[in-house]
Amino acid sequence: MSTLIDGLSLGAIYALIALGYTMVYGIAKMLNFAHGDIIMVGAYAVFTTLMMGETVGAKILAIVVSVVVCTALGVLVEKCAYRPLRGASPLAVLITAIGVSYLLQGMSQLIFGAKSHPVDFTIHGSFMGINYSTIVTLVVATIIMIGLTLFVNLTKTGRAMVAVSEDRAAAQLMGVNVNFIIMLTFAIGSALAACASIFYLMQIPTVSPTLGSMPGIKAFTAAVIGGIGSIPGAMIGGVLLGVIEKLALSVPAIAPYTTAIEFSLLIIILLVKPTGLLGKKRREKV
Amino acid sequence: MSNYFKNIKNAFKLKHYVNYIGVGAVLLLFTVLYYVGALNRATPNLLIQIGYSIILAVSLNLVVGLLGELSLGHAGFMCVGAYLGATVANALAGTLPLTLVLIISILAGGVSAAVFGFIVGLPALRLRGDYLAIVTLAFGEIVRNICKNLPFFGGAQGLQSEFYTEYLKAGKRALPLFIPTFIAVLFMLFVVQNLIRSKHGRAITAIRDNEIAAKAMGVNVTYYKLFVFVVSAFFAGVAGVIYTGTTSPIQYSFFSYNYSIEILVMVVLGGMGSIGGSIISAILITYINFALKSMLSGDMAAVKTLVYALILIVMVIYKNAPALKNVREKFNLQNLKEKIMSKVFKVKSSESDIRDDAGEWDEIPTKIITDEVLSTDFNLTTYTPDKPDKNQK
Amino acid sequence: MSENYVLKTENLGISFGGLKAAQDVNLKIKKNEIYGLIGPNGAGKTTVFNMLTGVYQPTYGTFYLNGEELKGLKQEAINQKGIARTFQNIRLFNNMSVIRNVMVGLHNNPAFKCNPFVSMFRLPSHFETEKNMRNKAKELLKIFGLLEERNILACNLPYGKQRKLEIARALATGPKLLLLDEPAAGMNPQETAELMETIKFVRDNFDMTILLIEHDMSLVSGICDRLTVLNFGQVLAEGNVDEVLNNPEVVRAYLGDD
Repeated sequence: MSTLIDGLSLGAIYALIALGYTMVYGIAKMLNFAHGDIIMVGAYAVFTTLMMGETVGAKILAIVVSVVVCTALGVLVEKCAYRPLRGASPLAVLITAIGVSYLLQGMSQLIFGAKSHPVDFTIHGSFMGINYSTIVTLVVATIIMIGLTLFVNLTKTGRAMVAVSEDRAAAQLMGVNVNFIIMLTFAIGSALAACASIFYLMQIPTVSPTLGSMPGIKAFTAAVIGGIGSIPGAMIGGVLLGVIEKLALSVPAIAPYTTAIEFSLLIIILLVKPTGLLGKKRREKV
Repeated sequence: MSNYFKNIKNAFKLKHYVNYIGVGAVLLLFTVLYYVGALNRATPNLLIQIGYSIILAVSLNLVVGLLGELSLGHAGFMCVGAYLGATVANALAGTLPLTLVLIISILAGGVSAAVFGFIVGLPALRLRGDYLAIVTLAFGEIVRNICKNLPFFGGAQGLQSEFYTEYLKAGKRALPLFIPTFIAVLFMLFVVQNLIRSKHGRAITAIRDNEIAAKAMGVNVTYYKLFVFVVSAFFAGVAGVIYTGTTSPIQYSFFSYNYSIEILVMVVLGGMGSIGGSIISAILITYINFALKSMLSGDMAAVKTLVYALILIVMVIYKNAPALKNVREKFNLQNLKEKIMSKVFKVKSSESDIRDDAGEWDEIPTKIITDEVLSTDFNLTTYTPDKPDKNQK
Repeated sequence: MSENYVLKTENLGISFGGLKAAQDVNLKIKKNEIYGLIGPNGAGKTTVFNMLTGVYQPTYGTFYLNGEELKGLKQEAINQKGIARTFQNIRLFNNMSVIRNVMVGLHNNPAFKCNPFVSMFRLPSHFETEKNMRNKAKELLKIFGLLEERNILACNLPYGKQRKLEIARALATGPKLLLLDEPAAGMNPQETAELMETIKFVRDNFDMTILLIEHDMSLVSGICDRLTVLNFGQVLAEGNVDEVLNNPEVVRAYLGDD
């Protein structure tokens, strides 16, 4: 039972990251490889803020700083690296994204060193054998996801986002500012990544330059399992992957092969149902 | 048979042999230096590293540059080749001459990696671009995860390479490994360049340029995609086996995703689709890594990461950004070459529009059989409509 | 044999999520005919082409090439059976030279069979194959007046010549039926006139049957033997050119109700 709850809470983190992937993929039609590293930057922002003191106030400040830094970084990356390549081949955009991911890792390694540093962000204590951190993660992540769904479905800006993801040219003709919408998508995705970084630190209290790459790739796996481009899909995929990971880790015989199992799942899903659980099929016009 | 040699002679174009000549010259030079005794201890090792880097870069270029798909699992194929090749070598070492063991294990490593190339190529049939890149990345991680945990492969300690120990034991008596390495490079160049300059290479580039049109022309896309993945993985496996001759134990951590990116950097820096470019950038990057190894250890290794990142971003944006089209046309190597040719040598290049390696047969005068058909009074330009047009008002 | 039509479609139709993009299309095209498929924008003409070339799998009905059912085959298989096409928005291999574009078309020609391993290791038959392919491609390019430009990248050709190259490339696959999707789109009257002559030439010299989509009525009335008019995915009229173009329903579909 506690494995299941742990899985759900890990899944909630994956879901938050996967939302960033899926929204950017749906709207900008690109795989933002650097998304995982934005989580890492968020975690370092928390680490830096907490160097000033570890009071509750500092922790709240750290959350704000992390969200602001990540959002700004997401917008900056979009503007400098991805916008010049709008209209270029997807391969070029993907390679640039890999470059950005590498750049962020290299910079944080240069500034903070390759070693990992401890960060105390755990909420100590437990309720019925379940850590408070886990409960907070689950509850807050759920609230964020509900909020995002409402935003996309009910506000004018949210509907503009859906319009851009359906048909960019048509949305532009209807007066939607496509550049702004894409920028906003990156901002929201990065803010979600910042939240994910905080929940991540609650579970694993260390930061290192490569902190983001594994959760990033796994969250992308989750987004693909759920059907990339679909917001509920990312949530379902994330939770599913988190539960599978925790279940696999709880069985000693297969625990070392957890990574292999998760990635095999990705390959199998892509082969059997490339659109994922909730994805839509796209045809290339001939 | 004489006809065969005549064909080769007719097809001869110096620029198609530049890569062989370059690599061959390097091999010859260092072989002589080695036997004269003018090489220091580190150089043969550097040469081996350069050799397998070239193999990795060119074979990845086959997938990225020629087929136009992104593979982020090239180190994974190398890992398969290294572990399985070393297993075979460990079983044979001591019973057979060292060079023979090397050849057998290279084949074993290459073939086993090729099998995995086939398996990874299967998703390539249904997926494009981003998805496929992720599948190849996932594959690399799966392979590493399994190699790390299988007791058969030495687990986290890594797999002992008998190769390496045998080489150490043999010392000066054995054929230095860089010679077979460069022979492998030449063999790989032979196969890859011949493939590119054949109807099959054309079919593959056609898929890259326009998959829908390629299908409409009857090109079997499934077959060629798998084929490219298999060939590319085969050579990555060969590179893996060569790697096992330089170190022991073999560490799974060497074949990380970062190493796949390093190979990708070589391909992007050298120019996607350019074999010569891949060779040069593989030499350059391997040499820089080697020369700066002591400087770039510890936290300073980040400098390397930063430089790679900037290479990827700047090169790709410069080459692909729609807004920079004019700049690219202005500062183009081809144009520069023409300018130099016309200024310095007073030669006007007649090949101004040829940006394509069109194959060997251009300059051969051939009799065109349809001459007779066309010499009739058929003329395309002097047509006048014979029917009055009803519908156009 | 009762099947003396090169192409015969039976109630061919397709629906995308409930929208019937084409339905009950019955075409019967005789050998060496130039057959026109016309209709207003969005009438489903290109959809019919896509079904005939395997891009889309028809939801209803089937089609036969010289009596052989081709429904359900993949694109490359259909091309190998003998249907070749051009595209409405030109789809050349832009980063390849003109001659290599045509040589890709010759890829499956049984005269140029060559195993990849033969090519990889430069066995004698590789050289023979390459030389013969190149000569064959040159023949085709000469016919289309593109021989001089054979080493230019396809994307650097002027528009009209790109259209011609697409036809040459399609012919290189050795088809029995050639589908031309708006071959005259974007051409001036002079170029259109040349194109009409080219199409007739292809029919006569390559023993070809041609099905074409076109909006340019001078071209349609100039070279087509028979026509089918599509509107909203359905056949509106078919028959001889004069008959069809004077059909009041066709006029209404094009010009609207007065």
